[in-house]
Amino acid sequence: MREQFTDILSKYNADYVEIRFEQNQTTQISYRGGKLEEVSRTCSSGGNIRALVKGGWGFACFNSADKLDDYVELAVKQAKLACGEGFTLPSKEPVMDIVEVLVKDNAADTPLVKKKQLFDEYNDIMLTSPQIQDSRIGYQDVNRKVIFANSEGSYIEQDKPDLTLRVTAIARRNGEIQQAGLSLGSVGDFSAIENLHDEVKEVAKRAAALLHAPQVKGDEYTVVLDPIIAGVFAHEAFGHLSEADFVYQNEPLQQVMVLGKRFGGKHLNIVDDATITGLRGSYRYDDEGMPATKTYLIHEGVLVGRLHSRETAARMGEKPTGNARAINYLFPPIVRMTNTFIEPGGTSFEEMLGEIKDGVYVRDWYGGTTSLEMFTFSAGEAYMIRDGKLAELLRPVVLTGNVFVTLGNIDAIGNDLGMNQGGGCGKGGQSPLPVSNGSPHIRIRHCVIGGR
Amino acid sequence: MERVLDAIKGKAEQTEIFEVSTQIVPVHFEANRLKQIQSKEITSVALRIFKDGRVGFAFGRGVDDVKNLIDMAVETAPFGPSANFEFPSLSDYPDVAVFDSEIPILTMEQMVELGKQLIAKVREHTPELLCDVEVTKGVSSVHLVNSQGGEARWDKSLFSINLEGVLMKGTDMLFVGDSDSSCRFFTDIDILANRIITQLELAKSKAATSTKQLPIIFTPRGVASVLLAPLMLAFSGKAVLEGTSWLKGKLGERVFDSKLTIRDDATLPYRPGSCPCDGEGIPSQRIPLIAKGEVANFLYDLQTAALSAKKSTGSGRRSGDRPPAPNISSVVIEAGEDRFEDMVKDMKEGLIVEQLMGAEQGNLLSGDFSGNVLLGYKVANGNIVGRVKDTMVSGNVYQVLKEIIGVGNEARWVDGIFLVPHLYCPRLSVVTRT
Repeated sequence: MREQFTDILSKYNADYVEIRFEQNQTTQISYRGGKLEEVSRTCSSGGNIRALVKGGWGFACFNSADKLDDYVELAVKQAKLACGEGFTLPSKEPVMDIVEVLVKDNAADTPLVKKKQLFDEYNDIMLTSPQIQDSRIGYQDVNRKVIFANSEGSYIEQDKPDLTLRVTAIARRNGEIQQAGLSLGSVGDFSAIENLHDEVKEVAKRAAALLHAPQVKGDEYTVVLDPIIAGVFAHEAFGHLSEADFVYQNEPLQQVMVLGKRFGGKHLNIVDDATITGLRGSYRYDDEGMPATKTYLIHEGVLVGRLHSRETAARMGEKPTGNARAINYLFPPIVRMTNTFIEPGGTSFEEMLGEIKDGVYVRDWYGGTTSLEMFTFSAGEAYMIRDGKLAELLRPVVLTGNVFVTLGNIDAIGNDLGMNQGGGCGKGGQSPLPVSNGSPHIRIRHCVIGGR
Repeated sequence: MERVLDAIKGKAEQTEIFEVSTQIVPVHFEANRLKQIQSKEITSVALRIFKDGRVGFAFGRGVDDVKNLIDMAVETAPFGPSANFEFPSLSDYPDVAVFDSEIPILTMEQMVELGKQLIAKVREHTPELLCDVEVTKGVSSVHLVNSQGGEARWDKSLFSINLEGVLMKGTDMLFVGDSDSSCRFFTDIDILANRIITQLELAKSKAATSTKQLPIIFTPRGVASVLLAPLMLAFSGKAVLEGTSWLKGKLGERVFDSKLTIRDDATLPYRPGSCPCDGEGIPSQRIPLIAKGEVANFLYDLQTAALSAKKSTGSGRRSGDRPPAPNISSVVIEAGEDRFEDMVKDMKEGLIVEQLMGAEQGNLLSGDFSGNVLLGYKVANGNIVGRVKDTMVSGNVYQVLKEIIGVGNEARWVDGIFLVPHLYCPRLSVVTRT
């Protein structure tokens, strides 16, 4: 296959050409309305050609590789039409590698009967809990094999297994509906989602408790974030802003995101690291064949790096970071995060609460989004903090703020890093991409919470 | 397809095959410049079978191996839901126009030209605006066959233009944007450009607001993203059956303001949500959802209808690699009598909300929403005085729609699937930084 690709890719008159060919097998299982709703299997095979001519990209995606030459020709034609100011990609030494991922308990080989047995147990736990009206379970495992080759002579085969599980308990009383959930994931390892019976029971209890919880009064608060939602904050609030494709053509934003500029206190360190074994955002090579790296975005409060594709790195004169990722062969790679986290500091959780007279403790997440300048994220669980102690449970809350202001308002960073594997990131129509986020507990002053 | 039907004979009681071949060409402009031209040729097959009284499902994209697909469907069947319905036999479909023969012959060069014109037009107003534009054309052929003699086949085309612009001053960012889409080719980009220019114009100056309850006018875009999206979840027959719909048990009740009439309509000509039949071969219909404030109908696919002792409303929609589920096609809120200008004049102090960021992240089942005003304007003494920022608007969809002061007299398409007017609401919670 390698010879075939190299032969085809080098024939055409373009600055750079690459091919990605992919085979996927997916199993999806969903429970709704208190019972197993559906089990479905999906298989997909296909690929794409991406060509670069003087800064313009062509991208041709196909199912059948029979007419590979035609697609290369089409992609080159598109690139020529899009070409512009004569940008060239700095060439790179070819890489040859075959990456096999060893999974302890591979979900793709786990029989459906065993999966159903486990989810039946989780489902029963929820449905037999008081006031739980309904349950939802969404499970998916993917076995993904990707072959990459480019006109520089690189050839890489990679396994990219992935698994996600979302468990939701829904409580209903007098027309009130509340829900609580648990999101988990792994690099295709089924054992990572086994033996969660106690956690699932807690989820059901929490959903029921929310029925009686009051809504927070909308206002500015001192807020303590648990590792899960603080991880979402790191991802949403700062991670996206560090993606160079937002920055490289936006001169005003370049002036805001100047390397060396201070964004937070000395205690603040934010990292994106695709090299950590066993996390969902990890890989050996990105979808442009570049090796994965660990990149400090903020070091001791100062902006020190950002995430790049080959193109954005070259255009900004910075080092490539191997962050170009595509969700599958239907899309070209774009700059994405991998495993993004705030490094732990020295404050204990009790110390953090101790200084708060009137505040809110938020845990867990529904979601988060960003406009780069402003972010919002939703906490699945929230408590009032009164006189340094956790007080009553609140309805789920939405936090919002201005990134630049908020980073400076982080005044305490905990000593208890936790990584959340249950997330998925969306950008440019490509969602959900496997990523993980993490953080220790953090405290933010002057955070706006919406409410009645 | 006949291949699959033949191969599966004797292995299943009933069979349904849904095949789609799509060609899409998106042309991307990034930061005002043409950046990338794509083409995507994708064929997918969804196979649904009844085996030993249960439903099995498999989906393949670019897969020639029919046997593998059948094996996957057979493998899932023992775990699937009970086959409590029948695939429909041949029926008459309404004539719904969703194909424009201009679109297949439209060239990449023409699309590039339209994108350039749009960017030029908007930047004529604000030269510093950085625009990302996507001009897309698509053509798909759909073929549905089942073992009960049912068959449907149609071609559909799509043309859309989307612009997202950002204007930066220091760390202050203003996001504007809008889109148009249709099954028909269109070259009139002025309407789209003018909508974006209006946004830029209204957002020119900034205005402060205060933390309190304020009246709010939702623009059509605001209505679609903040109110309609969560509301539509509650009309799914599946959510009603499960008890997670807030509207469960409220059929025929006046739950909303009597000025509110909403329908789902899959028969509208040249709408991206239209088609002669749904993803299960049930003819497309026009379904009243809210009639003068009363809950009129819920949306059903075959399976949910059978479980609920109802008939399918032709709402079995397929999304990606998923089996059919009840969902909307095009949603129309009937226009009212109030002019937008008069709504503004009526306001002493209030907000106009065009886009709330994060509103879709809350507890959608309960209808609670809370979002940061990404694009919105302050009204003082009947005049729009500028853009508001650092402001959170919160409410509950069901409470908001229970009492409306006014419904706009002009409805417009948002995201290609929602035809909506302005809605003027008496009070929502507004929180801002002090």
